[in-house]
Amino acid sequence: MNASTPIPATIDPAEAAHFGKLAQDWWNPRGSSAMLHRLNPARLSYLREQIDAHWQGDGTTLKPLSGKRALDVGCGAGLLSEPLARLGARVTGLDAAWENVAAARLHAEGQRLSIDYRCGGIEDLAAADGEAGSYDLVTSMEVIEHVADPAAFVAGLAAALAPGGLMIVSTPNRTARSRLALITLGEGLGMIPRKTHDWSKFLTPDELTGLMAAAGLRVLDRRGLDFMPTRGFRLSADCSVDYFLTAVAG
Amino acid sequence: MERADVIILGGGLVGLTLAIALDQYGLSSIVIDPADPSATLARGFDGRASAVSITSWRMLETIGVGAHLEGKGCPIGSIRVNEGLAPGGLSFEPDADEGPLGIMFENRQLREALRQSVLAAPNVTLMMPARPAHSERTAGGVEVRLQDGRTVSGALLIGAEGRQSPTRDAAGIRLARWSYDHTAMISTVNHAHPHGNIAYEIFYPAGPFAILPLLPAEDGLNRSAIVWTVKGSEAPAMLGLPERAYAAEIEKRMGGFLGQVTLCSPRSSYPLGFHHAAKITAERLALVGDAAHGIHPIAGQGLNLGFRDAAALVEVLVEGARIGLDAGDAQLLARYERWRSLDTMMVAASTDGLTRLFGIPGRTASLVRRIGLGAVARIAPLKQRFMDEARGQSGELPRLLRGVAV
Repeated sequence: MNASTPIPATIDPAEAAHFGKLAQDWWNPRGSSAMLHRLNPARLSYLREQIDAHWQGDGTTLKPLSGKRALDVGCGAGLLSEPLARLGARVTGLDAAWENVAAARLHAEGQRLSIDYRCGGIEDLAAADGEAGSYDLVTSMEVIEHVADPAAFVAGLAAALAPGGLMIVSTPNRTARSRLALITLGEGLGMIPRKTHDWSKFLTPDELTGLMAAAGLRVLDRRGLDFMPTRGFRLSADCSVDYFLTAVAG
Repeated sequence: MERADVIILGGGLVGLTLAIALDQYGLSSIVIDPADPSATLARGFDGRASAVSITSWRMLETIGVGAHLEGKGCPIGSIRVNEGLAPGGLSFEPDADEGPLGIMFENRQLREALRQSVLAAPNVTLMMPARPAHSERTAGGVEVRLQDGRTVSGALLIGAEGRQSPTRDAAGIRLARWSYDHTAMISTVNHAHPHGNIAYEIFYPAGPFAILPLLPAEDGLNRSAIVWTVKGSEAPAMLGLPERAYAAEIEKRMGGFLGQVTLCSPRSSYPLGFHHAAKITAERLALVGDAAHGIHPIAGQGLNLGFRDAAALVEVLVEGARIGLDAGDAQLLARYERWRSLDTMMVAASTDGLTRLFGIPGRTASLVRRIGLGAVARIAPLKQRFMDEARGQSGELPRLLRGVAV
């Protein structure tokens, strides 16, 4: 894939260009994605907890996704795709910006990880042979707030899910607190690159649950991700800043 | 090229413990050390012994090393602290259900047990003897070239080389250090009367004199380790004394309460200092044990701090691996740094404070010490804290030190 790839309907062109600029900096833990690096342990802990709950794992194995296929939509440079691969999954990473995909491929190679990175939107994947309904795990973290058509996006994620598969999505909530935390403080103080977020596009947990239900999914778990300046990111019952939804088909 | 999750430079007590614990949880390591272990172990008892705190012992048991040490250590039932030979010191005696304050082992026994465990560990590659020539840490990983031309790679480099850690120096990590102008003289003695599993710390104007109970060797004689601290300038003359005269000096400082004393090991000595690395992590690098911090052996906590480093790092790396993070991930190293730096500084500072309190000569200082000791004895929480420190139970404990699997 390259820059001349036709841009699919659910990708907002302004958004894709923005992340492309950030690509080289993605993997620097003190770079512009520092906040993503810092929240990674918390969101991966949630992921692990849900994986174990769904597939009856005991939490101590190193490869709970062994033999499973995982799809990471909006993978960036692979901050989530690489851990999924280390946990044993055969991973497909999908991103709208080819610079991200290029950065992700380069990094995975350096880590000796084999990950199938593709440039495009979820509808491209659905169009590809044998991809629909073939993923045991579908993740899309901090992505849906950036897409042009969230309902079509969720429907696309649902279409990729294999029977008995698990879907985990995270996104900021649309509250006064999230505006303060992510935009006024986060972007205002330069901890998050400016113009990363458009608060008006954020979805509340109820709205996202509604989109999921419309796509034939059943939400199993809702969890908050809270940020404390002193302790960093923590899983919490409070969903007012950012939250996860875990769902299955049906 | 051989590859593992972590490359451990230094196969001493802390480095091997780390490798064995990581192996238990499926993380692989390559241990590189210039020392030839068969030569080190072939030498007889060198007189070095360590007080393994009860929390460190729990970890050794949890990772399977304890099985090789069962019955070989001498439990420390109580600790007596005295100002010279004057009566009225402090006695730390745990309640009957609390168990011992620590266990004394010959370092040789610890090395043997660790060696047995590490040889049986499928995920550990030992490169001993082997000398690293060059190591390189980049955002993508670490690579170490050995002098014999081999190259190994991994996700994280661990400096466990002891106080002279070249890895730490090469990383440009600054060290806060000061020396005490004192030398610790180490030896092992036989004595006529049994020690009753009591450890003694007797404070003389020149420095502390510690008697630590050991189990008898094959000859069945009562045996204790002696850590005798003197001014640096006086050490050469003391160490130059014939064995019998040296033993007589020890007997004098004991006040004769263990009866006649004879030396039963070679003597060794080292200058006392305190060092503390400004940071214990850098890009894809973590320091453990004396590479990170060296403290005065007055409370016997140097090795135990190293074990605590190992336990904390294992917990951080194993939990990281279970959520798919690479062992060199900056977030994991940040957690290790946060966890350990406070703890080591606390132990180091309190040990240093104790040394300074007891290291000042003169009558006033002696009075201060006596009042100080009396105060510690009267204030129950303070006394409890000293005991907890001796046991290694203060601070937020890694799971392995609580005897719980990670």
